[in-house]
Amino acid sequence: MGLTLQIIITVFALFALSRAFLRKRDGKSSISEFIFWAVIWLAVGVVVWLPKVLETFTDLIGVERPIDALIYGSILGILYLIFRLYIKLHEIEQEHTKLVREIAIGKRK
Amino acid sequence: MKSAYIVIAAYNEGNRISAVIRDLKKAGQRNIVVVDDCSRDNTFESAKKAGAIVLRHILNRGQGAALRTGIEYSLEKGADYIVTFDADGQHRTEDLNAMMAPVINGEVDITVGSRFLEKTEVPLARKILLKGSVFIIWLFYGIKMTDAHNGFRVLSRKAAEKIEITQDRMAHASEIIGEIKRKKLRYKEVPVVIRYSEETLRKGHGNIFQAFKVLWNMVMEKLMR
Repeated sequence: MGLTLQIIITVFALFALSRAFLRKRDGKSSISEFIFWAVIWLAVGVVVWLPKVLETFTDLIGVERPIDALIYGSILGILYLIFRLYIKLHEIEQEHTKLVREIAIGKRK
Repeated sequence: MKSAYIVIAAYNEGNRISAVIRDLKKAGQRNIVVVDDCSRDNTFESAKKAGAIVLRHILNRGQGAALRTGIEYSLEKGADYIVTFDADGQHRTEDLNAMMAPVINGEVDITVGSRFLEKTEVPLARKILLKGSVFIIWLFYGIKMTDAHNGFRVLSRKAAEKIEITQDRMAHASEIIGEIKRKKLRYKEVPVVIRYSEETLRKGHGNIFQAFKVLWNMVMEKLMR
């Protein structure tokens, strides 16, 4: 990886990290959310400057190429996000139903 | 005197609902609650004209949601027993007494109708689906029923207060069975006759896509609990 690209990615990661910190400071996100993003962006920083780390990691979990590990990880991450979205949607639907129910019962009274 | 409330969830049943209400009245039922689930036809007017208490969902929320609306309303009105009954004329008022007796005399908390305990002629395709659901309910909740998706039930006040229906759509029927098990309610299946007609066969729990949708909802419910 070229030095320019390394610097650009690092600057971006630092910027993203600062945004996450500011959101936390202003009370717009929770501590767990901040930790999640902090870990992600710090990991990006480490991998950009020390790509060997990724290889050690992929060797450890028995995947041949780092890119494969990245793809497996992404798929898992996306599945998890879909599940979270499904739950959220279900909750919203239930609130929706509750509202419709209250209106129906309220009108009869 | 103890009061029984009949709860009917109705969606586009304008043609059939008034006959169902009339039958129930003839059978001596006074408190008939119809929940019109945002029908596009004249269900609301028909049910009202036939003399039912009609609640209206301003958006279509599904059969499970509509039943729960009717049950909550009945509980607020002080119902001692709640009967869930189909809007399309599939259920017979002749079976009411047999369904209600075990709950009224305190033998059980809830009765569920079963079309397989007596010889209702069930079309083969539907029979396969229903028996498949029976198996899945056993697998999911460990409760052995003979009929899985029968909308004819009688609940004591206690049972109605305890059972939580969170499935708005068709999966509520299996969910109720799951709730019987979870809340340790005493239950009994009572033989009832289902009147199938061309029209009723075309809708509802009948097709395989619906069945998979129900199964999917059951799996997700399990994961989220």
